Amino acid sequence: MTTLTDPPKEQFRLSMLLYDTRYRSATIQVIALFGFMLLAAWIISNTIQNLEALGKPVEFGFFGEPASYDINQRLLEYSSRDSHLRAAFIGLLNTLVVAVLGCITATIVGVFVGVLRLSNNWLIARIMTVYVEMFRNVPVLLWIVLAMAILIEGLPAPNAFRGENPTATMDLFNSVAVTNRGVYIPEFLFTRSLGDIHFFGASSIRFDVSLDLLAFLIVLGGSIFAMRKVSANAAAKQEATGDRPTIWYIQLGILFVPMIVLMTALGLHLGYPELKGFNFKGGTHMRNSLIALWLALSLYTAAFIAEIVRAGILAISKGQTEAASALGLRSGRTMRLVILPQALRVIIPPMISNYLNLTKNSSLAIAVGYMDITGTLGGITMNQTGRELECVLLLMLVYLAISLSISGVMNWYNNSVKLVER
Amino acid sequence: MSDVSFVRTEMLPEQAPPASEVGVIGWVKHNLFSGWFNSILTLVSLYAIYYVLSGVLPWTFQSVWNANSLTECREIMMATWGSTHGHACWAVINDRWLQLLFGFYPSHLYWRPILSLVLLLVALAPVLYSDRVPSKLLIFSAIYPFLMPFLMWGGTIWGPISAALGFVVAWGVYSVLSKQLSELIGMIGAVVAAVIWWLVLSGYFTGAMDSILPIGIEAVQSRQFGGFMLAILLGVVAIGVSLPIGIVLALGRQSDLLIVKYMCVGFIEFIRGVPLITLLFVASLLLNLFLPPGTNFDIILRVMIMMTLFSAAYMAEVIRGGLAALPRGQYEGADSLGLNYWQAQRLIIMPQALKISIPGIVSTFIGIFKDTVLVSIIGLFDVLGLANAIRADTAWNGIYWELFAFIGALFFVVCFSMSRYSMYLERKLQTGHR
Repeated sequence: MTTLTDPPKEQFRLSMLLYDTRYRSATIQVIALFGFMLLAAWIISNTIQNLEALGKPVEFGFFGEPASYDINQRLLEYSSRDSHLRAAFIGLLNTLVVAVLGCITATIVGVFVGVLRLSNNWLIARIMTVYVEMFRNVPVLLWIVLAMAILIEGLPAPNAFRGENPTATMDLFNSVAVTNRGVYIPEFLFTRSLGDIHFFGASSIRFDVSLDLLAFLIVLGGSIFAMRKVSANAAAKQEATGDRPTIWYIQLGILFVPMIVLMTALGLHLGYPELKGFNFKGGTHMRNSLIALWLALSLYTAAFIAEIVRAGILAISKGQTEAASALGLRSGRTMRLVILPQALRVIIPPMISNYLNLTKNSSLAIAVGYMDITGTLGGITMNQTGRELECVLLLMLVYLAISLSISGVMNWYNNSVKLVER
Repeated sequence: MSDVSFVRTEMLPEQAPPASEVGVIGWVKHNLFSGWFNSILTLVSLYAIYYVLSGVLPWTFQSVWNANSLTECREIMMATWGSTHGHACWAVINDRWLQLLFGFYPSHLYWRPILSLVLLLVALAPVLYSDRVPSKLLIFSAIYPFLMPFLMWGGTIWGPISAALGFVVAWGVYSVLSKQLSELIGMIGAVVAAVIWWLVLSGYFTGAMDSILPIGIEAVQSRQFGGFMLAILLGVVAIGVSLPIGIVLALGRQSDLLIVKYMCVGFIEFIRGVPLITLLFVASLLLNLFLPPGTNFDIILRVMIMMTLFSAAYMAEVIRGGLAALPRGQYEGADSLGLNYWQAQRLIIMPQALKISIPGIVSTFIGIFKDTVLVSIIGLFDVLGLANAIRADTAWNGIYWELFAFIGALFFVVCFSMSRYSMYLERKLQTGHR
C-alpha cells in the first residue's frame, strides 16, 4: 500500500536560476535589462565626454535667438527676426500642410486607380498596372527631384507672359499662372471682412484665425446638421406611411442659400494674380518645391493605395456580390451597401501605415528646399547653431509625436468600423 | 411496355460558336468594347497611349549619343532634325555612365565591384533557388560576407579573417560552455567572447599577422565609393543583416518576458515613428558622439548601421504579422512534443511564419533598397547625388529627363525582379491549404 506524502519541500538553490523555467525567465530579463542599461550608460557617458571636448553642453537656449533666415512658403506670418522656435513651428505647419494635401490626393488617385485595375476593360487595367509598377519600383526621392526639375526647367519664366506677343498665357480664364517660380492661383478676399483673432500674444506659436473662415465653417456645420435633420424626418415619414417625400431640392437649398447669403454679406471676391514688373503679384503663390513634393508624394503613395484598394475588393468573396444581386440590389447599391463596408475593414489598417509613410517621406522636402520641419529645425537652424544633438533629437521627437497621433486617430477610427467579434 | 423512346439517344454534333464570340474578334468585343462606357474608356486610353508614345518614342530613338556638352548636343539636334525639342541627349549617359555606376572608384579596380556582384549572385543562388542549386554552395554563401568587404575596400586580408574568427571564437565558447554548464550560459559566454575578440583582441591579431605575412590588395577609401554600386552595397548589407535582427526583435516582441518585450516594442516603435532621413542625420552627425572619444569610423559603415537598424524594425513587424497569423495549435503542438523554445521556433514556428510573411519581407527589401538613395541628402555621392552633380556641371546644366530615366530604369529593373521573385517563391512554397 502506498501512502500519500507531501512532496519534499524544495529548497531554493542558485542553480535553479538557470535550470528551473520558473526562475530562468527572470534571470534572462535581469541580464537583458542590465545589458541595456550598461549600453545606455556607456553611450551617455561617451556623449558627455565628447560634448565637453567640443565645448558645447546640451542646452536649448538657442531656440530664443533670432533665426535670421527666411521661409518663403508659409501659412503664418514670419520674418527672419523671429526666433528659431518660431521657424521650427512654421516648419512643422508646412510638414502638416504637405502631409494633409498629399494624403487627400493620394487617396483619391489611389482609389480611382485601384478600382480601374480591376476593370474588365483589358486596356485600362493594363495602363493602371503600368502606372502602379512604375511608381512603386522607383525611389520616391527620384520622383520628387524629377518633379522639381520638370517644374523649374520645363515651365515658362514669368517674363514669358509679358509683352505684346507673350509665349505663355495664363490658364483657366486668365486666373491661374503656371510659371517656373511656382503656381499663382486666385485667393479669396472679403471687402467686409470680420478680421482675425490672435492667439498666444507674441509667443513663438502665435497664430491668427480668420473670423471669416470661422463663420464659413459654422454656417457649413449648421447646414449639414439641418440637412441630416430633414433627411431623418423624411426617413421617419417613409417608415410611417411608405412614401418617401422628395427632399433633394430642400437639401440643396439648405446647403447653399445660407452660404451664399453669408458670402454676399462678407463681400467675397477673388483676387487674381497679375503680372507686375518681373513677377506675378496677388493671388496665392504656391512654390515649386511645395508642388513638386505634393505631386510626387501623392502619385507615389497612390500607387501603394491602389494595390491596397484592389486587394481589399478582391478579398470580398464573389458570393457576396451574387447574394446581393439575388436580393435584387443594383450594382451601385451592391458596391455601397455590401462590398465597400466589408472591403473597408481590410483596407483601413494598411491605409494607415501608408498615410504614416507619406508623412515621414515628406521629410524629403529638404532635397527640393521646401521648408518643412526637417528643412528648418534639422536644416538651417542646425547648421547655423551647430547644435546637432539637440536638433536631431527634437526632430525625431516631433516626427514620433506626429506618427503616434496619426496612428492613434486612425486606430480609433479603425476600431469604430471593425467587426465586433466574439 | 413498348420500346419507343421519347428521349434522344444519340448526341447532336457540337456547333461552332458564333464567329463574333471567338478568336480575336470575340476577345476584343468582350475585353475592350463590352458596353458604351467601356468603349469610351478604350478609345480614351488608346488616344492616351498614342499621345505618350508619339512623344516618347521619337525622343528616345531620334537622339544624340555622342557629344561633350548639352550645347553641342543641341547643335547636333538643330543640324539633324531642325529643332531641339523632342530629342533625347543620351550623350550625357554615354559620357558619365561609368561614374553613375561606380562613383569615384578607381577605374583600374572596376573588376572588384563587378566580381563582388557576380559572387553575390553565386552566393545568393543556393538561398534563392534551393531546389536547383547544390546546397554545398551554402559554404560559399557563409564566406561571402567576409569576402565582399575585402574585395570592395581592399587592404589587408587579415581584417576580414579576424572578423570571421570572431564567429569561430563565439561558436567554440558556446559549444564548450553549453556542454559543460547550460545553454543559456553558453549563449551569454559566446556573445561576450565574440565582443571581447572584436573590440580588444582582433586589432592585435590583425596587426601581428599583417607584419608576419602581409597579404593584401590595393585599399580603396570609402569616400571614393558611389553611384549605383553604393546603392547595391548599402541595400545588400541592410537586407542581409536586418533579417536575422528582425527575427530576433519579432520574437522578443511576442515573448512572455515583459522587460525584453517592452525593450523590443520601444525600439521598433521608435524606429518606425521617425523618418529614415533623421536616422541618417544621426549616422552622419551623432554616431561619432555616442562612441568613445577619438573613435572616428567610416561614414559608409555608420550609414550601414543606421539603415540596418531601420529595416530591422520594419522586418520585425512583418515577421510579427506572420507569427500572429499562425494558429495557436501550432505552438501548442510544439509544446506537446516536448520541444524547447528554440527547437520549437526553429522546426515548427519560423518555417511557417516566414513563409506567410514572404510578400511583406520582400516589399521591405524593395523599400530599403529604394531608400538607399536618401544617402545623397547627407552628402554621399550615390547615383542621385552624382546626377545632381552632373546637372550642376556647366557642360550638362539643364539636362534632367535623360539622367532620371537612366537612374529610374536601374532601380526599376532591380526592384521589379525582386517582386517577381517573391511571387515565384510564394507559388513554390504554396502547400495548397486554401
